[in-house]
Amino acid sequence: MGVKNILKKILIEPLVIISRDKAGLVGFIVLLFILLLSFIGPYFVKLDTEVKLDKIYQFPSREHILGTDNQGRDIFSQIVNGGKDVIIVAFLAGLISTLIAVSLGSLSAYAGGLTDTVIMFITEIILTIPQFPLLAVLAAFVRLTNPTMLAFIIGFLGWPALARAIRSQVLSIKERDYIEAARVLDLGRIHIIFSEILPNMLSYIVISLIMAMTGAVYSQVGLIILGLVPFYGHNWGLMIQLAWTRGAIFYKGSIFYILSPIIAIALFQWSAVTFTRSLEGIFNPRLRAGE
Amino acid sequence: MAKEILNIENLFVEYSNIRGKVKAVRGVNLKLYKGENLALIGESGSGKTTLGTAIIRLLPSSGYIKDGKIVYKGNGNEYDISKFNEKDLRQFRWKEIAMVFQSALNSFNPVLKIWDQIYDTAKAHGINNRSFVRDRAVSLLRYVQLDPERVINSYPHELSGGMRQRVLIAMSLLLEPKILILDEPTTALDILTQRNIIELLRMIKADMGLSMIFISHDLSLAAELADRVAVMYAGAIVELGSVEDIFYRPRHPYTLGLIKAVPTVTAGFRELYSIPGSPPDLINLSPGCKFAPRCEYKKPGCEKEEPMLVEVGPEHLVACFRHKEIGNGR
Amino acid sequence: MEDRAIIQLDHVSKSFTVRSGIFGGRKQMQVIGNLSLSIQRGEVLCLVGESGCGKTTTGKLIVGLIRPTSGRILFEGKDIWSMNGDEFKSYRRAVQIIHQDPYSSLNPVHRIYNILSAPLFRHGIVKNRSEAEEKVLELLERVDLTPPGDFIYKYPHQLSGGQRQRVVIARSLTLNPKFIVADEAVSMLDVSIRLSIIELLRRLKEEMNVTFLFITHDLAMAKYFGWEGRIAVMYLGRIVEIGPTPRVIENPLHPYTKALLMAIPEADPQVTRSKKPMQLRSLDIPSLLNLPLGCTFNPRCPFWIEGTCDREVPNMYEPEKDHYVSCFLFRGK
Repeated sequence: MGVKNILKKILIEPLVIISRDKAGLVGFIVLLFILLLSFIGPYFVKLDTEVKLDKIYQFPSREHILGTDNQGRDIFSQIVNGGKDVIIVAFLAGLISTLIAVSLGSLSAYAGGLTDTVIMFITEIILTIPQFPLLAVLAAFVRLTNPTMLAFIIGFLGWPALARAIRSQVLSIKERDYIEAARVLDLGRIHIIFSEILPNMLSYIVISLIMAMTGAVYSQVGLIILGLVPFYGHNWGLMIQLAWTRGAIFYKGSIFYILSPIIAIALFQWSAVTFTRSLEGIFNPRLRAGE
Repeated sequence: MAKEILNIENLFVEYSNIRGKVKAVRGVNLKLYKGENLALIGESGSGKTTLGTAIIRLLPSSGYIKDGKIVYKGNGNEYDISKFNEKDLRQFRWKEIAMVFQSALNSFNPVLKIWDQIYDTAKAHGINNRSFVRDRAVSLLRYVQLDPERVINSYPHELSGGMRQRVLIAMSLLLEPKILILDEPTTALDILTQRNIIELLRMIKADMGLSMIFISHDLSLAAELADRVAVMYAGAIVELGSVEDIFYRPRHPYTLGLIKAVPTVTAGFRELYSIPGSPPDLINLSPGCKFAPRCEYKKPGCEKEEPMLVEVGPEHLVACFRHKEIGNGR
Repeated sequence: MEDRAIIQLDHVSKSFTVRSGIFGGRKQMQVIGNLSLSIQRGEVLCLVGESGCGKTTTGKLIVGLIRPTSGRILFEGKDIWSMNGDEFKSYRRAVQIIHQDPYSSLNPVHRIYNILSAPLFRHGIVKNRSEAEEKVLELLERVDLTPPGDFIYKYPHQLSGGQRQRVVIARSLTLNPKFIVADEAVSMLDVSIRLSIIELLRRLKEEMNVTFLFITHDLAMAKYFGWEGRIAVMYLGRIVEIGPTPRVIENPLHPYTKALLMAIPEADPQVTRSKKPMQLRSLDIPSLLNLPLGCTFNPRCPFWIEGTCDREVPNMYEPEKDHYVSCFLFRGK
């Protein structure tokens, strides 16, 4: 298995598969663009912190692609620099949610019996509590001092819905003949869950991760807008909060200030979700071969 | 001289697939005579199901008729079914030709009662008179030995596989079609239920004089009900003849192989063997006879040119260069 | 006889709780009722019957995938559900299953190498990759997948149905089993390749002295594979007839067995069109939730004796040597 082969498998084949679904391809391209913009962009487009009172709420021009904000600062540079924090926290939160959901969901489904009942009971209790208000209350009480903490809190509250879905998937896979064969061959519970069942759910898990991530973006931004996240430097959520509190919705010229971050977030969410359409094809060897 | 009711001329059917075009039916010529039972026998990839669904134009969206004609002779006229549009098809299906699919649960809408599915089907084909449909449905269900009241008000999952198959057969007879196409009517059914369905089909043939086309991989179904049998392999007919010709005087190595591969219960022990290898890839077909790679009578010329059907007896056709050497296979 | 029995079922019953309707209470569905069976080392026992007769459940009970509601499953004389850890482990190694659907019995995300080496590693039969590879190649050769190098690193979807089933068979051989349950092992394969799989099973039986429980609804295949063994006919959770295959086929005793043999369509026009099927009293198969009283076959049996067959369950009678039938017609013979 040479280097060329590995490259082909990891890069070229998935790209071919992604391009089979047109919508998925568009989602992938937009997502890639946003990621590049947010992570590589800041090296090229420096954040404009200079206050220019003569350039308040300017319309887009060649100098300022998205116009300026209420203090004359360039909006485009703020957009470029504002994605990184949001995306990283969202990803971390999504990862935490997914890891907990996969572990508990698959254990619950495979073990069955009392374990299943207990885990599902806990899941249902957390599910019935409205997530965002709880989050808001927690954020108000706990002194959030860094992004990791924020990610953890969002992550810890997001796993129940996922766990239920993972459990259903595992329950249905558990009944398949090859799992029965694995039991008769005495391959062991851990092996069966991690080597036989979960690999069949990879696309499902990755899609769950992306959905968890998009949920985390909303939770995060919501908290920021409510002013419950005190430590932040500069990001899309904060842009919305500032625009809102500065009354940007009341001026004609300020529309770009408030719309830009909203559109950036919405575009990120949309592209991530649309991209998931292509994922099934990558993880399923049968679909990969085009059958 | 028996009257022709269906004439399939040089039919080619393909499916679009990511890897290429699947040539599922390749140049099939076949006639169906009035009042006869014709069996299309073949295994997976033979093209028999594609041929059957193409006749009634119920191919899946990736399938299409590439070339050829399907001529239906009825009502004093000749129609080329392959050229029908949706409107023509709606008039045509169920009235002239009906199809009975496998009795699997997924032939039914699980959330509708049987009556609703019958009535919906009738409406879809232009029959809106509720009481007519009801009367007809009740009498047909009784004819197939089901309790009409009980069945009409049931959901599909409440009926056994055999009962569902009877419902499908009754539904197909609703508008008194001239031709009935049955796709694997006895597959996946229990032995006693299979026997019931076979006896039922016999009864229908005797009472209604329909022409029937059976699509199956089960040779015994052909042995029970067929007047003529067409054996298909890799999208083409490799042997066509009366049921006695096929079972007692097979001349194609594949037919011979199929017969020898099926053990019987009541007949004595006979020499059995299975055919090595597997069916060919219908996207990338090799030249010559498609069965050659698996054939024990293979000669060098067999893989160069594909044999055409030639007559070896009255109404008995074979597509094999070496048919003369394949004598009485039994 | 008992000490050569490898598997025994001792008055085994299996019921499932089913909810009847949306508001209905929970009902017991008895899939297997008071079944006793003794399978000898090295024999081929064919279990035949129609759907719902309980033959697949019997297979699953024997390999320990489900527990009996009552009764015992014995492996080499010991109750499998009373075994300690080590005994159960060696029972697991010795008793394996072959499923019917070659498309769902192999994990689609694993290569053939992984599928076959997993049990080898798990049970310490091989210690490293090269040993595993060697053993896997050997197994593939055993099941006639040659050249084995062509198959070892493929995924299941790259193999045909027949090839997949051979891999399934190879997998069942990895732990050197003593007993294999073949549950409709060829039913989903093309007709032309069924025989080659049966021949493979037969060869493996000879080479490895494996005992087979061959579950099928295809009496012709049962006759072919099990000609030198026994056939047991099941109906609604009970064995109604059991005996040497040639005897049961040529001299069926139970009315149900007779009905089956007379009903089977055969691939021979003259033979099959001259068959006269037995007229049964009813077409309906009773529901497992509502089994008839007495002999479960009585509502359909043309030979039923009113007052007896619908009241009591017949015992197993032995009208000829080793040929048993559960039917009052043979009482006292």
